[in-house]
Amino acid sequence: MSSYILEMKDISKEFPGVKALTNVNFKVEKGEIHCLIGENGAGKSTLMKVLSGVYPHGTYSGDILFEGQVQKFNEINDSVKAGIGIIYQELALFPDLTVYENIFAGNEVSKGPLVDWNQTIVQATSMLKKVKLHVAPETLIKDLGVGKQQLVEIAKALSKDVKLLILDEPTAALNEDDSENLLDLLKELKSQGISCIMISHKLKEVISIADKATVLRDGKTICTLEAEKGEITESVIIKNMVGRDIEDIYPKRPDKNIGDAVLKLDNWSAYDAQLGRHVVENVNLEVKKGEIVGIAGLMGSGRTELALSIFGNPKKYKLQGNMHIHGAPKALKHTSEAIKAGIAYVTEDRKGDGLFLLQDIKSNVSAAHLKGISTKGVLNLNEEVKVGTEYKNSLYIKASSLEQIVGKLSGGNQQKVSLGKWLFTGPKILILDEPTRGIDVGAKFEIYSIMNQLINEGMSIIMISSELGEILGMSDRIYVMAEGKVKGEMAIEEATQENIMELATQ
Amino acid sequence: MNYLTEAKQLVKANIRDYGMYIALIVIMLTFTIMTNGLFMSSRNISNLLDSAGYIAVLAVGMTLVIVIRHIDLSVGFVAGFLGAIAAIFLTQLGVPVLVTIPVILVFGIIVGLFNGVLIAKIGIPSFVATLAGMLIFRGALLQVTEKTGTIIVNDDQFNAIGNGFIPSIMQVNGLHLLSLLVGIFGIVLYIYSELSNRKDKVKYGFDVPSKAIFITKMAIVSAIIGYVTWILAGYNGFSWTVVIMVAVVILYHFLTTKTVLGRHIYAVGSNPEAAHLSGINVEKITYIVFGSMGMLAALSGILFTARLQSATTTAGTLFELDAIAAAYVGGVSSAGGVGKVTGAIIGAVVMASLSSGMNLLGVGISYQYMIRGSVLALAVIFDVMTRKQRA
Repeated sequence: MSSYILEMKDISKEFPGVKALTNVNFKVEKGEIHCLIGENGAGKSTLMKVLSGVYPHGTYSGDILFEGQVQKFNEINDSVKAGIGIIYQELALFPDLTVYENIFAGNEVSKGPLVDWNQTIVQATSMLKKVKLHVAPETLIKDLGVGKQQLVEIAKALSKDVKLLILDEPTAALNEDDSENLLDLLKELKSQGISCIMISHKLKEVISIADKATVLRDGKTICTLEAEKGEITESVIIKNMVGRDIEDIYPKRPDKNIGDAVLKLDNWSAYDAQLGRHVVENVNLEVKKGEIVGIAGLMGSGRTELALSIFGNPKKYKLQGNMHIHGAPKALKHTSEAIKAGIAYVTEDRKGDGLFLLQDIKSNVSAAHLKGISTKGVLNLNEEVKVGTEYKNSLYIKASSLEQIVGKLSGGNQQKVSLGKWLFTGPKILILDEPTRGIDVGAKFEIYSIMNQLINEGMSIIMISSELGEILGMSDRIYVMAEGKVKGEMAIEEATQENIMELATQ
Repeated sequence: MNYLTEAKQLVKANIRDYGMYIALIVIMLTFTIMTNGLFMSSRNISNLLDSAGYIAVLAVGMTLVIVIRHIDLSVGFVAGFLGAIAAIFLTQLGVPVLVTIPVILVFGIIVGLFNGVLIAKIGIPSFVATLAGMLIFRGALLQVTEKTGTIIVNDDQFNAIGNGFIPSIMQVNGLHLLSLLVGIFGIVLYIYSELSNRKDKVKYGFDVPSKAIFITKMAIVSAIIGYVTWILAGYNGFSWTVVIMVAVVILYHFLTTKTVLGRHIYAVGSNPEAAHLSGINVEKITYIVFGSMGMLAALSGILFTARLQSATTTAGTLFELDAIAAAYVGGVSSAGGVGKVTGAIIGAVVMASLSSGMNLLGVGISYQYMIRGSVLALAVIFDVMTRKQRA
């Protein structure tokens, strides 16, 4: 029998229009900590979902061997039974239930049809000991910090006799002490023979803990590095992560005409009372007329939160610091004030909070600027059709008619409708959050061309993106964010994929 | 394009909207045949519409409440309570009708706004907040009618709202002249608005349906208005209840389809987060929708009290559920953002037709409930199926 606990062979997985995984090979030995690394969208999460049965057998090609046996998981329960435990970035705990109820949720200790609560508490206590969490099993989850909640998740996995533990960015939300605790625990579990796959963006952690590290890029396995051979170093990892050359999909801008500052933030901080921490901290940022400012950073680095805090603060963060627009101090209390001040924000999640999916193209385009098609509160529906037609043509929106329901358009066309909606408000500062996520290359090129055209017309663009290629291909200046802070600012000439990644993974 | 294929395409594209109208026509025809024409008699149709009035105005408000993903359970007893207050104003306090009605409507708005504050500002689920309101106003109704029991209203002007008809001027061949004139005026107004709409579209250079289709559509709608007018003119003409109902529908139809406010309401219902990010004040919209609901509840109370010529201790019982049923039969979706005011009225008329028709046939009350329940279920099933097809 091989020493591999897990072998994934030639895994390919396709979504409509996108190849998410192409012939991925991934092997984990017994009792090792194996890190899975890659940019956002490289296919890490998809691979783990294939493994855990979220995507059932038959929806992908290739084989999964677990403990030497070919496995055909049809649902998550099958992989749990086999001994695979997965802990997602978003914790799946019930905040209003106790620790012991959470540990055995869905896996209740029972006597016949009844739950044996005493036995539950006894077993929960021993699980808590294993993960070195010293709290009473009766504590409510919501009374625990995120770090301790993570340990409860691990205890929950252990209670199911897990042999392979998968952690998706376990330390993303943790402070340093909690992170260190967690990593120590993983080493401890390793010594007890539990193998572990950890997805992480923090390279320092990877270096300190990994026995092996596999790098994924664009849905393909790039390489597997081994600590024993001294291959797991920052430079090697980054080189493999970003390795691809920037393809020539970024249209050139003929001449740059950069003017005065239009937006300026000084010591800008946003505190999220719900999370109990700063999501944006001491940010100094400047955007000039006719400039594309790229904001790079990984997911959860505070980029979207920064955008929201500028755009009328819809999440009601506690704000500190000063914002100047065209040199005048501004305090925007509602998104409608931000729109009036000439800011537009094209959201990251166009289906969730960008578009009205059940409405048609024309009413989506007009939604943020109904003033433009009405007099004294009464709409001119013909004017709306006219405006809709203009944007449909100028943004190359492909649809059978303006009356088409937006929910039925492709991702790229939805993104263009979203863009049209905001362009119709006549913005001076356009914030684009992941403007090309999940859309095909052709539509990407069209969106880049539109961006260039807008810049030529004197608009300023803030482009938030996880795609380094896009950041390097389109920006004039780049800010790199991590943990809510700006970790560095660079002109496009001095920016490389490597030095951005280095700042982003600090 | 061929006339028939164009007509077919139009029907296919709008099947969801036309579905209710077709259902209503089928129901009416069925009852007409089963009652040997009695159902379609002037007297019956007139009674039917009058009996639908107080639920129909509630259904209009309820549709908007459901469109923004909420519910209002308090409207029944708010209507009952405010109807009783109106009766007290008129009988015990001697307030004139023309003062009483606006004051009662303002009371309704205040009640609605209070619900709105609980829901939008404090964040109480609308089901719970308005359930509390339902209990409170039920108690309040009992409280104000406790001493007197049923309050008889003797004010003829007020009672005319629920029982009276617009004056006839003179009878022509036994037909109500003013009603005929109103009907004709309505048709002329309709044709004029269609024509100017079409002219506007042509001016903008947009595609318009072919002339033949356009004329057919105008002819059908005019014929329906004309037929209803003719039927009603054969009895006592338009009742004040019908006039009020039509006025409410026209006002709310205009509000929801032609104004910025209407758009904002549907945007909030369709996707509250996106609405907020589009600069729409979601809280304010919630206040307005609940305020309007409160006003229509007050109107419903006035209509009902006037119809009975008295305020009773149980007025308003189950109005809210009848209104909700009418709104759902009319095609509103609990997922938010979808539903028309005209649909709500048709829904209310469908439900009233079922009651009226089954009463004429002598169907027992037990079966009536079961049949109305089945129709509600069928309407929603149809709605869900056609939506799946489109998605």
